[in-house]
Amino acid sequence: MPDASPAVSVDGLVMRYGDKTAVDSLSLTVERATITAVLGPNGAGKTTTLETCEGYRKPQQGTVRVLGLDPTRDRRELLPRIGVMLQAGGAWSGVRAMEMLEHVAKLHANPLDTDMLAERLGLGDCGRTPYRRLSGGQQQRLGLAMALVGRPEIVFVDEPTAGMDPAARRTTWELLEELRADGVTVVLTTHYMEEAERLADHIHIIDRGRLIASGSPEELTRGTSATVRLVVDQELPADAEAALRASVDRWSADHGVGVRSISFGSRTLEDVFLELTGRELQP
Amino acid sequence: MTGRQGTFTPIPGAAPLWRQVLAQARMESRLMLRNGEQLLLAVVIPVIVLIGGVTAGEHLSLDLETAHPLVDIFTPGVIALAVMSTSFTSLAIATGFERRYGVIKRLGASPLPRSGLLAGKVGALLLVQLLQVIVIGGVGQLLGWTPEPEVLGVALAIAFGTAAFASLGLFVAGVFRAEATLAVANLIYLLLLAGGAVVLPLGAYGAFGDIVRWLPSGALGEAMRTAFIDGEVAWRDLGVLAVWAVVGTTLTARTFKWE
Repeated sequence: MPDASPAVSVDGLVMRYGDKTAVDSLSLTVERATITAVLGPNGAGKTTTLETCEGYRKPQQGTVRVLGLDPTRDRRELLPRIGVMLQAGGAWSGVRAMEMLEHVAKLHANPLDTDMLAERLGLGDCGRTPYRRLSGGQQQRLGLAMALVGRPEIVFVDEPTAGMDPAARRTTWELLEELRADGVTVVLTTHYMEEAERLADHIHIIDRGRLIASGSPEELTRGTSATVRLVVDQELPADAEAALRASVDRWSADHGVGVRSISFGSRTLEDVFLELTGRELQP
Repeated sequence: MTGRQGTFTPIPGAAPLWRQVLAQARMESRLMLRNGEQLLLAVVIPVIVLIGGVTAGEHLSLDLETAHPLVDIFTPGVIALAVMSTSFTSLAIATGFERRYGVIKRLGASPLPRSGLLAGKVGALLLVQLLQVIVIGGVGQLLGWTPEPEVLGVALAIAFGTAAFASLGLFVAGVFRAEATLAVANLIYLLLLAGGAVVLPLGAYGAFGDIVRWLPSGALGEAMRTAFIDGEVAWRDLGVLAVWAVVGTTLTARTFKWE
């Protein structure tokens, strides 16, 4: 039954909580068998968008289609075909890790072998541990296992590697890449630049509920702009700012370069970090 | 779908509904029996009430104005108490914390529909109640209980009692936070245990008995005693329980939030 509809299509989605607009006319598409990252700071509307795709919330405006289905109207038809990893929780506090995974497996027709899956996710040692005693990283990995066990066509993973140590993060990344190779569509939210860059075929950057950029990592970083940063070794007199602006304006006019922004301020921790390492502290 | 056949190649699908419900019922009953506080409420307290009631009653020559031995009166009442504790208090507390921990939310994204989740919960309640009846009935017999029950009356009392108390328990769990649910569900349980004519027959409450019999606790206690002692089906008390079930279901349907 070949079905050409995209894995996910969101068109003009608006979601408000009270007078706060969480998602503001958001449109995006996710192609099948890709890893797509929805990247943005906390509170950008990533989780709300994901939960609308998962059928938890009804779009207030706009349309959302997952595998060509309406996640609220066609919920019963859609749910068996998707895997969901919540940002936190999702298990009884007294349930043992493997017991929980086996329970979710029993709700599906063709579940994966739970022992194999637990082994792959490094849950072998804590199978009999009650959920409340699992570390944050173990809880995350169990949540991912629960999302995968039903052999879904799409997995929605909300901040999959938050709270994981670097080794577990790498294992998780390799697993997500294997999912893509096996034809599973992966939609993940993250606020780690590195995660999106390493994994994603396609990145949607959202901020304050709006899509601000979209493309492959290469397309997004290639770009048509460059940043020049100037850090001086002393406090500047009051008139220095105007003088500097004037020289920059002159130089840019001479060379036909448009200056997008210019800012002045005292040294921040960010600058210190950048000076010491040559890398940015925050994406 | 093209590409290689791999470990994760999608083969999605829901298990048959009956298998999902069975899995949910088994899971929930297992968790209920594993939890120490729940077990205390389900078995330990009813057994203490039964043994304590019968022995203290005999020492104090308690007169309940009936010709029946005390154990014949107390055992059906304690079975009614067990149904109430499991269907109301345990269910409310468990559901309250399921909301808190996102269990209901997570299962909401699984193939298990909400009707299946409810059916699983009811299945778990009935399973735990069966174990309670076996334990309490066994202790009763050690104390000299020789019942000649009307089986239909007992079954209907358990079914209608479960429906009434479970719907009220879900209402409490849907309205309050998890901790408040814990407190409220236990408080109501204690109040009904003391003053709700569950364990003690209506006769023990004097004129107040005419009011208490309209409470779900009084109706369940009377239905259970009528079935076990008189060998009859207490249609009026079952009717009262049915009304409470309708009230509880309506309130729950209007207020319950799954998250």
